[in-house]
This record gives sequence, structure tokens and C-alpha cells, in this order.
Amino acid sequence: MCLAVPGQLETISGDDPLLRSGRVNFSGVTREVSLACLPDAQVGDYVLVHVGMAIGRVDEAEAVKIFGYLREMNELADLEEATMQNTPAAAPP
Amino acid sequence: MKYLDEFRDPAAAEQLAREIRRRVTQPWRIMEVCGGQTHAIVKFGLDELLPPELTLLHGPGCPVCVTPLEKINQALTLARRPGVILCSFGDMLRVPGSDGDLLTAKADGADVRIVYSPLDAVRLAAQQPQREVVFFGVGFETTAPATALAVLQAAAQGLKNFSLLISHVLVPPAMEALLATPNCRVQAFLAAGHVCTVMGFWEYPPLAAKYHVPIVVTGFEPVDILHGVLLCVAQLEEGRAEVENQYARTVQHDGNRAAQEAIRRAFQVTDRKWRGIGEIPRSGLGLRPEFAAFDAERKFSLADQAVAEPADCRSGEVLQGFLKPHECAAFGDRCTPEHPLGATMVSSEGACAAYYRYRQRTAAQP
Repeated sequence: MCLAVPGQLETISGDDPLLRSGRVNFSGVTREVSLACLPDAQVGDYVLVHVGMAIGRVDEAEAVKIFGYLREMNELADLEEATMQNTPAAAPP
Repeated sequence: MKYLDEFRDPAAAEQLAREIRRRVTQPWRIMEVCGGQTHAIVKFGLDELLPPELTLLHGPGCPVCVTPLEKINQALTLARRPGVILCSFGDMLRVPGSDGDLLTAKADGADVRIVYSPLDAVRLAAQQPQREVVFFGVGFETTAPATALAVLQAAAQGLKNFSLLISHVLVPPAMEALLATPNCRVQAFLAAGHVCTVMGFWEYPPLAAKYHVPIVVTGFEPVDILHGVLLCVAQLEEGRAEVENQYARTVQHDGNRAAQEAIRRAFQVTDRKWRGIGEIPRSGLGLRPEFAAFDAERKFSLADQAVAEPADCRSGEVLQGFLKPHECAAFGDRCTPEHPLGATMVSSEGACAAYYRYRQRTAAQP
């Protein structure tokens, strides 16, 4: 029910704030979407669309953060593994 | 599709699941309150990637499911009225009322139409001035701006033949109602991402503090959900109860101000009955008095006749996390998506319907 799909805003039309709309491209399928709740949307923005209405914008910098975090986690795991392999076994007492 | 495919990457999901397994030292119960997340968890088997200590509880996250039977009956009454075009979202049409569903009413000759957006219903009313167009509007805060805009557009156009049957609900009051229940099983919440895209997450810190539960605003794709679970687990293991935002690519603290303003102009907060749970104070939206002319209940003098739910439906316990769908004796036997007994089986985003669709075989032999 709360499904919202990201797409790229291609055109904007209308001056009346209640009727302002734009064409949004969802991977090749375009659709007319209300921009009444996203008054400062710009052409080229990725917007999140729910029941014919743009309700938010997608922030590219925030979107990629999780993958940076996962890469760091991987590198950390590799480092730990390497450290383990390079550490000589403790000498018997 | 950009911003969707990368968040379904199985390797990233497995890496997060591994990190969750590494962090968990004791049993925890985390509840999601969004039907889209419930559906994704069951469809992608995300709960099966988690360690046995973790239990995901599926809360009242489906607006279609929690729409009271009385409202469905009112919609049926309206649909059968000559001259009326009843519009709603596709999911609402299959939900059975006491006497059939809207699809059956349509097959019997009623003019029932599926619309993609409430704004389509406004356009239809403008095109067909000789007919009465009623929009049956359900949803959480995510959908409320579109319904509000339909009201505002209809008022601006002076439409006399458009009205709405409203059953809009609000998520934070339902979360608080669950937390205030004696023996509440919820230890952390995944807050619904798109509800927060509209509303922000400033409403949650008092809840997190009062009931000492971590609340993590979470998206809908497998990587989002597992990341949200990981953030919950980290807080639970460290004894913290804070509000965190996993879904920062679309959710900001204050939410979408313009959307909130549209909601505020059209609606006021009211008490609302949730199917399977009962009445929750200040948990719904109703039209403001200045838009009373668009209130279908008033316009068509609809009775609000209380209806009893089947006694053997345990959806209330499922919605509160006391029972898993397959633990109900009626599940998959007397209760199926074709013949649902109650809330959690009536829509594909309900927990019981999701388990039935994706887990039918395992559920029969739990």
C-alpha cells in the first residue's frame, strides 16, 4: 500500500501550486505525476512517487553510503583475517 | 531500476545478515509496521537469513487490512446506489464486507472503478458532472497527501458531485497503543520508511524514550530491511533506545513540509477504529469541518452499523505480535485469501496473506 517508486523528473508544467505536475521516467516508462507536494523539484531530480504524487526526493549521496559501509566492513574482515594468519602461534611455555 | 536494483543485491544482503549473526548474543523481538516490509521479509525470506535468536513480528502495517468492516460495508452500500461511481485502489476491491466485496458488486452491475491515484477520481468527477463520484480513501500518512490534494483540488474546482469515504490512519499512535499493551512483545521497531518520507521522524524520540525501544526508520528493499535490523540489534545489544534513520536517502528529520501542510489543510486528527485491534485514540484523519460537503458519510447519510468479526479470527493477536500467522488454527484451512476471516488475510500485504502465499507448505507443517 505504501509502495513508492523512484523515477527521474523530465519535465515540469503548470503554475497553479495545486495543479503543478511533471513527467517522471521510471526506467523507460513515463508517467504524469503531481508535484504539488514537492514545490522545489527540479528537472533531473530523482523523485519518489506514490499514488500519482511525488512525496520526496532521492538523495544520491545518502543512497551510496550503505555500500561504502559494506565495503569498509569487508576490508576490515580481510584485515582481521590477514592479521590472524600473520600472527605467529604463541610459543609453548 | 536505479535506487531499487542495488538494494536487492544478494551479496550485500548476505553480508548484512552475517554481521547481524555476529552481533546477536541473546533473543530479541523486532516489529515492522509496514505491510510493504512484511511482504518483502516473507517474499525474500529475509527472516530465514537471521539467527534463531531474532524474531520479526509483523505489526499493523497494512492500511487495507485495518480498515474496519463497517467502512467496507458503507463502500458496498454506496457502490450499489444508482448514479454513483465508486473509486478506490485495487487492493480495496477484494476485501470482503458482510455482504460480498466491491468486485462482486461490480460484476453485479455497480459502477466500481480502480484508480491509480485519488486525483484520477477528481478528474473523473469533473468529466462526469451528472454522476456522483465517491473516492474510498484508505492509507497511512504516505497516502494522506494525495487524498488531501484530491479534497483541495475538488474544493478549488467547486465540484459538487465528488465526495470521499475516508478511513485514513496514523502510524505513531498505533505503535504507542502496542507499546502500552500489557505483556507487549515488541523490543524494537522498524519504522515505516515512506510514512517518514512524508512525516519525518520527530514524533518518535518520545516513544523510544518512554518505552525504552530502539526505533529505526527503514526502507523497503532487502538491503534496507537487513540494515534496519542490524541497527536495531546493535542498539538492543548495547542497551540503547534511540531513533535512527536507515532510510536517509529519502527521509529527513522534518519530513516533507509541503505534504504535511496539505494534510493539515484538508484533515483533522480523529479517533479511529483499527480492524483487529479496536479503537485507538487520535489515530486517524477525518475531513475538516469546512470540507464537510465532501464527506460521503454525511452526504449519503450512511449508517455506521457495528459489525462483529468472526470469533475464530485471531488477527488481533497476530497484529500485536502475540501469534505467528501459521500458529492460528484457522490459517490456510478455514481462512485463506479467497475466504479471509479477518484483517491480516484480506490483503496481500497482511501478514497472514503473505505467509499463505510464500510459506503455505511450511505453514501446514510448522
